[in-house]
Amino acid sequence: MQPSLVQLFTGFLEIALSGFGGVLAWAHRGLVERRAWLSEREFAELLALSQMLPGGNIINMAVFVGNRFHGLRGVVVALAGLMVAPFCLVLVLHGLLSGPGLAQFSQPALRGAAPVVAGLTLATGLKMLRAYRWTPRDAACGVLTLVSIVVFQLPLLLVLAVLAPLNVALARRKTAG
Amino acid sequence: MLQLLELVLVFAPLSLVAVGGANTVLPDIHRQVVLTHGWMSETDFANAFVLAQAVPGPNILVVSLIGWQVAGLAGAIIAIVAMCAPSTILALLLARALGNLRLARWRRVLQAGLAPLTIGLMLASGLVLARSADHTVVSVGLTIITTAILLRTKLHPLLLMAGGAVLGLAGLT
Repeated sequence: MQPSLVQLFTGFLEIALSGFGGVLAWAHRGLVERRAWLSEREFAELLALSQMLPGGNIINMAVFVGNRFHGLRGVVVALAGLMVAPFCLVLVLHGLLSGPGLAQFSQPALRGAAPVVAGLTLATGLKMLRAYRWTPRDAACGVLTLVSIVVFQLPLLLVLAVLAPLNVALARRKTAG
Repeated sequence: MLQLLELVLVFAPLSLVAVGGANTVLPDIHRQVVLTHGWMSETDFANAFVLAQAVPGPNILVVSLIGWQVAGLAGAIIAIVAMCAPSTILALLLARALGNLRLARWRRVLQAGLAPLTIGLMLASGLVLARSADHTVVSVGLTIITTAILLRTKLHPLLLMAGGAVLGLAGLT
């Protein structure tokens, strides 16, 4: 089904605003189940592609879907649908919470929620760790990344510039051979 | 003007390496924003990330809160554009230049090579956030308990965040 520009905008607006916590489940519902802009297979392929490219997964999905139906205009409209409302929301909420009156409540509440968010991120990492089939080389690479960032606080670009080409090259040799 | 340029210089390069989204570059955002530039305190940084998580939408929006802190509305807009534009242009160029077939092999190789780094970075994000957010025994415990609960159940993260907020309001964290 071919969406119009307006439909692209409202489609991604709806995905953005329903996506508490996990936007991707809502993306599947919005793009495949409800609107049939993508087939199951197309969704899976675009998602895999989105995950290996830099940038948020849902943002890359919006780029692919927008481009596919309306080219550059589609990309701009889909991204606007996805980003503008949450952008305004987060700034307004920040303004409200740090304003006089509410700050005395919001500060302790945020202080209590922050350790939970840290746990949430750790759990996501541990789930990925659990699901991945580790070779000794991969494990060494993962640990090296973790230690250089957390312990030595090295710049990410430096760490990636060394480790990413190395591990990709080794993975490539293995796939080829 | 200089601050807007600095925001671009922090976020635009990270945009191109943010495989997996905001979480993988969070430690480096923290390093530059808190340690190098001193734009935010540890607590403000942790709070901004919590707020970006609590609001629906991509959690990369945390960078707009950083931009807001540095240079108001212009800063917020510049930060989110700098963080999104380079990766978006790359995705667009790739989508146009290559068909899915030619990408398939590279996708396997890249995924196999990059996955361990992404997982390492995700765990690093969790630890950096914990270092920013956990200053008491209770808050450290809260991080550990949250992690354990989420590994074992499918409880909605927002419920746990609300629980943490209640503990915070009760003055326990």
